[in-house]
Amino acid sequence: MLLASHYNYWIVIALMMIGLYMVIAQGNLVKKIIGLNIFQTSVFIFYISVGKVDGGGAPILNEGEVLYSNPLPHVLILTAIVVGIATTALALALIIRIKRAYGSIEERDIQAAEEMQERSAHHARVSAGKEQ
Amino acid sequence: MNSASLLQLSLVIPLLAVVGIQLTARRENVREAVSLIAASALFATVAQLYLPLLNGQTIAVHWLDILPGLALAFRVEPLGLMFALVASFLWIITTLYAIGYMRGHGEQNQTRFYSLFAVSIGAVMGIAFAENLFTLFIFYELLTLCTYPLVTHAGTDKARQGGRTYLGILLGTSVGFFLLAIIATWLLAGTLSFKQGGIFSPGTSVALLSVLLGLFVFGVGKAAIMPFHRWLPAAMVAPTPVSALLHAVAVVKAGVFVLLKICLLIFGIDTLKSIPATEWLLYLAGVSILFASIIALRQQNLKKRLAYSTVSQLGYITLGALLATSAGMTGSALHIVMHAFGKITLFFCAGAILVAAHKTEVNELRGLGRQMPVTMTAFFVASLCIIGIPPTGGTWSKWYLMLGTFEAEQWILMALLMISSLLSIAYLLPIPLQAFFGGKKPLEIEAGTAVVLKEAPLPSVIALTVTASACVYLLLYPDIFYRLIAAGI
Amino acid sequence: MLAHLPILQVILPLMAAPSCLLIRKANLVWLFTLAVSFAALIVSVLLLQQVYATGPISYTLGGWQAPWGIEYRIDLLNAWVLFIVTALSTVVLTAAHTSVQKELEPNRQTVFYTLYLLCFAGLLGIVATGDAFNVFVFLEISSLSTYALIALGKDRRALWAAFQYLIMGTIGATFILIGIGFLYMMTGTLNMADLAARIPPLSESTTVLAAFAFIFLGICLKLALFPLHLWLPNAYSCAPSIVTAFLAATATKVALYLLLRFTFTVFGVDFSLSHLPLDILLVGLGLVGVFAASIVAIYQANIKRMLAFSSVAQIGYMVVGIGIGTATALQATLLHMFNHALMKGGLFLALAGLVYQLGACRIEQFRGLGRTMPWTMAAIVVGGISLIGMPLTVGFVSKWYLIAAAIEQQLWWVAVLVVLGSLLAVAYIWKLVEAAYFQAPEVDAVKEAPLGILLPTWLLIAANIYFGIDTRLPVEVTSAASQFLLGGAAQ
Repeated sequence: MLLASHYNYWIVIALMMIGLYMVIAQGNLVKKIIGLNIFQTSVFIFYISVGKVDGGGAPILNEGEVLYSNPLPHVLILTAIVVGIATTALALALIIRIKRAYGSIEERDIQAAEEMQERSAHHARVSAGKEQ
Repeated sequence: MNSASLLQLSLVIPLLAVVGIQLTARRENVREAVSLIAASALFATVAQLYLPLLNGQTIAVHWLDILPGLALAFRVEPLGLMFALVASFLWIITTLYAIGYMRGHGEQNQTRFYSLFAVSIGAVMGIAFAENLFTLFIFYELLTLCTYPLVTHAGTDKARQGGRTYLGILLGTSVGFFLLAIIATWLLAGTLSFKQGGIFSPGTSVALLSVLLGLFVFGVGKAAIMPFHRWLPAAMVAPTPVSALLHAVAVVKAGVFVLLKICLLIFGIDTLKSIPATEWLLYLAGVSILFASIIALRQQNLKKRLAYSTVSQLGYITLGALLATSAGMTGSALHIVMHAFGKITLFFCAGAILVAAHKTEVNELRGLGRQMPVTMTAFFVASLCIIGIPPTGGTWSKWYLMLGTFEAEQWILMALLMISSLLSIAYLLPIPLQAFFGGKKPLEIEAGTAVVLKEAPLPSVIALTVTASACVYLLLYPDIFYRLIAAGI
Repeated sequence: MLAHLPILQVILPLMAAPSCLLIRKANLVWLFTLAVSFAALIVSVLLLQQVYATGPISYTLGGWQAPWGIEYRIDLLNAWVLFIVTALSTVVLTAAHTSVQKELEPNRQTVFYTLYLLCFAGLLGIVATGDAFNVFVFLEISSLSTYALIALGKDRRALWAAFQYLIMGTIGATFILIGIGFLYMMTGTLNMADLAARIPPLSESTTVLAAFAFIFLGICLKLALFPLHLWLPNAYSCAPSIVTAFLAATATKVALYLLLRFTFTVFGVDFSLSHLPLDILLVGLGLVGVFAASIVAIYQANIKRMLAFSSVAQIGYMVVGIGIGTATALQATLLHMFNHALMKGGLFLALAGLVYQLGACRIEQFRGLGRTMPWTMAAIVVGGISLIGMPLTVGFVSKWYLIAAAIEQQLWWVAVLVVLGSLLAVAYIWKLVEAAYFQAPEVDAVKEAPLGILLPTWLLIAANIYFGIDTRLPVEVTSAASQFLLGGAAQ
């Protein structure tokens, strides 16, 4: 009963979890962003399905049409989609520059490079300290 | 000039001195003249407040309200004036001494030293004349912060380590307990102004007051009650004039003075008596006295020994304040003065010995009396003052403290004071006695010639002679301070 | 004109941002940005004055009446935050010219100011709007520009930090979006005042509870409340110095404002603090944050990072104030928002001066700075003392109120922990003091920071002292604002 009548929410939740899982578990930055996109899309679907009224048509002023879906969530989510695209674009731009700077887009490689840098800086400090 | 402006002037002079010292940093002689002049001017200013106050005049200044009900305000009251008089007088002497010491010892960063010294004295004036706990707290913290660079003056690892302990304990206790106690007092009593007889209304819960008293006693870390005494020996890495004025007089006396003032003017004698915690804290002070004496006995470094002796003597003052009898309070206040003169002399001597003979350990001082007779005589007199034996002023304070324990019928504490006095004889008197009568005369044997008189630089010798004479003078004329104390309690 | 102030506050920097790209010349763009920020400051002062005198202002966008149209609602709380943001932004910008010239390549400087203005507009928008969805939009405007600003940092680590922040920030913002969606589902409105009126009857509904949980979590991510703070130290330490100063002084304050707005106005104090164990949660997390972050700060060798951790700790104090939830406690939080902006703004600007001369700011480089850069170091010491909470600085004022609030509620343990927390600040500040004043310099030829950075730094540091002595303005405004917050909830 609950499953059938609220199937849209179940889809939303499933997508959300898939997205979040990808963000957390994937080491590849592009895949992370794909996950983030799925996560955001689930929210879009959530908003859109909330606005749906059973049996309602498109919210266009039309003679004889009295029942129509709530247009506001749709409008809202249009904004959110734009924001999502902007985020994705920015993220991809960052990934390109990360690739140039680190030579990799794998989280593991980047972290290893960071640690190496930190360690060598530390060694430099220690040896500088000894000289004094 | 009216008294209120004199009061403001006494707060401003040290700051002017800083400006003057910074401006004349290039020329040593002028810079030190500025210090001396400022010190003398400060003493003269404070001294002029003496008679008006005894004549019953109210001398108060209100600067501004920082938060609603929390004012930056000052008022002269007898105990504060007593403290200010001692501190400003000793500033003159110490400056004189420092000139000889710093030059003789070839110290670095002397301008910073003199400037911070002046700021510290300014903070002491603020503490002495504060009208409320809030103002007092501000200057209390200022004193900690501006004495810190003086402790780490040498800049060595050891100095920085000492500085860390110093700052850690003093800031830790003051922010951790003192500030908390102040805020709680404010919420409880609705005011922070010092008032004769205390500010708590009679119905206030005794348990809460007990907690507060505990917070105050531990929070005023400058009073060096065990277990928060460790900063004092740590601070001994500082140059000797710093140890002398700040860690024998200004800083530690600020601590016990604050405690005395809190006992007297925040709690009031009657309230204090009714709090059960007082009893416990009394014994804590007693333990502090005894333990510090025993530790002092075992110290071989002269300055360290003097430092632990200070911890022990501060315990006397705290104990006197907590006895909550008029004799106890009187003894406590008198001991602030007497111990100040005695201990500063001892530190002056320690510094003089360091500069002239390059000795820091107690067992190196045998036979030194022949080389430095003036210094060692002063050391002897000052030791008597600390112990409390005639012909020195220390006799009076110890007498009143004993009387206080008698009045309060604290027989155990009375016995404790006696034992501790014996201990102080044991750790102080052998030093000058061996210096004069030490059998081996090692110096003479090594040199193979007659001992040459070699005292510290003249300004230093003058300084320690003056303070040592003051110890004797105070036996004959304790009246100057006694009148103030009587008016205050 | 006066009637349009609320929208002017936001639209001015928003329109100015693209104009920067037209001006192009970096020097002119800087002047233009500064002028815009200053104009925004004037607007916010006028708003604050008006609100203080006559009560909340409501402005309907395009004449569409609330709750259908978007309403900008300025009350004392957001007028105060608007003032903090614009004032700090203006001061930070005066230092930007010198610092940005040194740290960024010429072709990026125009972009920098464009992004800066966008971020500024976004932050102001979040604060000014009275519409829940609008909050999300402005949040994303400010966040996206922040990611880009951080990525402008010199080191390649800046890219990685920006990316991490982007992931965390987007998740946080999306959580807020979900929460707002739930609220809309239940109430059919997005207007905050309207929401506040409709939520109390629904307070038993699990959907409203879920909405609150999502929004709370989302805001906490943006706020960098412990343990959701991991993005902040990286972002702060890698970003260009000016960006760090700007973000530290404003962005966290805005996130904190959101937390206040949602817990107290939208959901109401009854729902947030009595229905849920939020008070314990906030006090607990806040205090754990204070200790964990301060202890980590002690062990940082990069001073920017150290101060970033200190920011996390200070956020802890503000959250503790919210958790206690009395008028005094809220006042402490509001005061600390302002005071912390002054301290951290001043401190990070001082670091900007250091970076200008030294290229970085690691603890080893502080050796002997007391002699080579006396004014910068003195600024850091005064700022640090304020951070510790010594009397006569602003840090003392807010700490006083926080401790008083805790004792008033008989929460002695909170008071003690707050006090102990400030001792940890002593530990990390003193590390700098020791290195700067009691160790010999590593390189002798270090010069004092340029006046262009030094003057704004000292302006903020002087404000630390001034508002620590003359506390009337902040105390009066925050007292009224905290009364208003609690009174507003009681309706």
